[in-house]
Amino acid sequence: MRVVIIGAGEVGRAIASNLEDSHDVVVIDQDSDVVEELTYSLDVLALEGDGTDIETLREARIEDAGLIIACTDDDEANLVICGAAKTGTDAFTIARVKRRTLLQTWEGSEGAFGVDFMVCTDLLTAQAIFRISGLPAAQDVDMFAGGLVRMAEFEIASDSPIADQTVRDADRYDSLTFAAIFRNDHMVVATGDTVIRPGDRVVVIGSPDSVTDFASDIVTPGNGDRDEIVIVGASEIGFQAAREFEEHGFRPRLIEQDHDRARKVAEALPKTMVMESDATDTAFLEREHVDEADIVIAALGSDEKNLLVSLLAKRLGVDRTVAVIENLEYAELFETVGIDVAINPREEAAEEIVRFTRAGQTEKVAMLEHDRAEVIEIEVSTNSTLAGTQIMDSTTTLPEGVVIGAISRGGNLITPRGTTVIEPGDHVVLFVDAMVLDEVIKAI
Amino acid sequence: MRSGIRVDWRAGLSLVGTILAVLSLAFVVPIVVALAYGGEDLWVFIAAMALTAGFGLALRRLDPAPDPGAREAFMVVALTWLFAAVFGALPYVLAGNGTVAHPVNALFESMSGFTTTGATVMDDISFDTHSRAMLMWRQLTQWLGGMGIIVLAVAILSQMAVGGAQLMKAETPGPGVSKLTPHIAETARVLWLAYIGFTALLIALLYGLHLLGFAPNMDLYNAFAHGFTTLPTGGFSPEARSIEAFSPAVQWLIVPFMFIAGVNFVLWWHLISGDPWVLFRDNEFRLYLGTVSVLTVVGTALLFFDAALSTPETGQIGGNLERSARYAAFQIASLTNSTGYANMDFDAWSGPAKGLLLFAMFIGGSTGSTGGGIKVLRWLVILKSLRREVFTTIHPEAVRPVRMNRRVLDEDAVRGIYAFTLLYLLLFFVGILLLAADAARVGFDIGTLDLVTASIATIGNIGPGFGVVGPMGGYLEFPTTSKILMIVYMWIGRLEIFPVLVLLTSAYWRS
Repeated sequence: MRVVIIGAGEVGRAIASNLEDSHDVVVIDQDSDVVEELTYSLDVLALEGDGTDIETLREARIEDAGLIIACTDDDEANLVICGAAKTGTDAFTIARVKRRTLLQTWEGSEGAFGVDFMVCTDLLTAQAIFRISGLPAAQDVDMFAGGLVRMAEFEIASDSPIADQTVRDADRYDSLTFAAIFRNDHMVVATGDTVIRPGDRVVVIGSPDSVTDFASDIVTPGNGDRDEIVIVGASEIGFQAAREFEEHGFRPRLIEQDHDRARKVAEALPKTMVMESDATDTAFLEREHVDEADIVIAALGSDEKNLLVSLLAKRLGVDRTVAVIENLEYAELFETVGIDVAINPREEAAEEIVRFTRAGQTEKVAMLEHDRAEVIEIEVSTNSTLAGTQIMDSTTTLPEGVVIGAISRGGNLITPRGTTVIEPGDHVVLFVDAMVLDEVIKAI
Repeated sequence: MRSGIRVDWRAGLSLVGTILAVLSLAFVVPIVVALAYGGEDLWVFIAAMALTAGFGLALRRLDPAPDPGAREAFMVVALTWLFAAVFGALPYVLAGNGTVAHPVNALFESMSGFTTTGATVMDDISFDTHSRAMLMWRQLTQWLGGMGIIVLAVAILSQMAVGGAQLMKAETPGPGVSKLTPHIAETARVLWLAYIGFTALLIALLYGLHLLGFAPNMDLYNAFAHGFTTLPTGGFSPEARSIEAFSPAVQWLIVPFMFIAGVNFVLWWHLISGDPWVLFRDNEFRLYLGTVSVLTVVGTALLFFDAALSTPETGQIGGNLERSARYAAFQIASLTNSTGYANMDFDAWSGPAKGLLLFAMFIGGSTGSTGGGIKVLRWLVILKSLRREVFTTIHPEAVRPVRMNRRVLDEDAVRGIYAFTLLYLLLFFVGILLLAADAARVGFDIGTLDLVTASIATIGNIGPGFGVVGPMGGYLEFPTTSKILMIVYMWIGRLEIFPVLVLLTSAYWRS
């Protein structure tokens, strides 16, 4: 399929690199240096031009395109691009926007602006922050099969009850599957004999209840309460995250240094206590008992500041810190030096958009460990290798690095065992190593 | 003629003239009443009508095509009310009956009427001294002033379409005019229609009670008279004993209508157009309802346990639940929103019960209602911002906007509300001092509480107070100078101070 991506910013580039192997990708950007650089770094056709100009779109041959992704930094430009593209093609159009109000307008009138799918980056990030904050010790959380199945990644502390146990011993939960373990830089597909060591990051797939039970068991008891939430920085993501918490009945606190911005978010968030202060002012943090917070979310404009705030919060004694990290290269480093969870808005947007490049087959995608592995949901068709066979037989035909995590059949959750037979029409949630992803998708 | 740097007083006066000419049509009502009741005072009203219309049309010639701007709006509003009161006083002077024949008394009575204050200087309110037409005129001035002369003018006069919103804002400041429809004239008409509708409903119900035998002396004349003063939160009555002269059924019926008059008429419009929940979503309405309810319950308890409370007219009140509830509910509803009706001489109440009434006088009606006073919305904003002050004392960095109906209030609006309330209270205290000094000057013996309530009752457009100015008393005994002060107080109180105040500043007249 010909995919035209307009805007080679962080998101555009991430999508392009994700799709370069399997599709014909054209990337349009206004910056000649970026175009020049892309031509050599990715296997894509890079064009220089203004995406809102129909001539540029014609040059990219949008009439042959199956998918057009508008992901410049300008919300309005993205909408204009989709609108213009729709006049000359039937391609599926995806627009990335930052403002949630645009998303609401689009949702309220399907097909508005010529946009077939709209991705609100900051909202997705905010939702991810909320999901992850809801589970103690979780590093990544996603929902599948319409909320029936939950996937979560946890870091196992040395005092955790399941540390140094085998997966077989640790698996005391109904409807929960251990999918994989990330250990330092390696990935281990979990078998019954795999020993869970402190510092491992365990991926589990199962019913929401079982995942929640598991989450509260593996952390040291006594801090299951997630009520005291402090968000530092009223960036769009910080603001949206506060709103997510508000909508779920929490009363978060938000610290913002800029006077006008603080006032603005305070006006928009009636249940959030907004404080105008420098979040690195320790006297202020102590006076407001930020050290007693259950979770501190750093959502300032720069990665370095978020690191600083998270480290400071840790030092004060905050249980858990979540930081928004724009630069993907920092994410792992920051998690190593002390941030519990690093969330990358680009990844969240890319996840959402990549789903559409696998149209028809993949219902939902979650990227793990910064795209080292994916959890995907597929609807099983009659000609799939999975259909009609027992799992222990069908897995032998699939490459290494695939785990069937959960099956949803007619709205019910089925925990997969070796003897379970998958039927056509079932929704299957799979853990897949990124290395074998294309191969697996072809097979199923 | 309009120069950019000075107030265009010609355009302003011309517009005032036009409004006066329209207002002169109101004299038709007493003329009809006079004709219906034997023609007494007929020539008085014809003369008054001719003089008003003539003066109005003469003023109008100052500027054949007036184009008043924002600055002229204050002048138009302030002068319209002043001239309305002056010409409204003509019949009292021309008829020459009783104490109101004196020009200052006449102006006092007229200003009290148009501002819906309900304070009177008539020594004898009866058909022996005054004609039915004259007493109906007195009632009608309140009805005209209730929803506002300017709102009425905007509703009727097509030439006020553009500047109308500005004028209505000057007449009823508060948090601005909420336009119900794109055209301000239509908004003004909607408000007046709701007002007329409620008035007609009350008149029909009152007369209905009479026909059914529950209200022996509530004849058609009285039904109109009381309908004309309940909805504007006026308080005049052609009966010397006010509502006490009527049966308990009438008293109970008037209570909800007084409450209705104190609610923002925009809410009623929404209610009538099919959104009943708008009432209970409105923060101001909830506080108003809650306050009136609590005060009524407390008042009922105070009366019920006051064994000594009984008068020849009311009988024993203490220990009688119906009477305690009726007198408490009526007086609280009446004094909270500045109606000023009385269904008994509440001067006889115990100290705590009178204290409760004094407290109620400082509340006022809702914004957009016909009630006067400080108004519920302002108290709500003050309470909310005081709560914020306490909170930010504990959390100095907290940023807390003040919200009203889930909308954030501008800090300028909050500051404006503090300024208004402070100025209002300041004028109230200055009023006490000036009245006391003036009383001492002429040797008029008056108690402190009487002075306090005289001051609040005039600037708050309430009417009755305690003691000399109690519900069965009046303002007649005050020296003329005090009456002039109180005329000014009623005037600026109705227009919520600022439109009149700005006219007195040099900045207004300079560029």
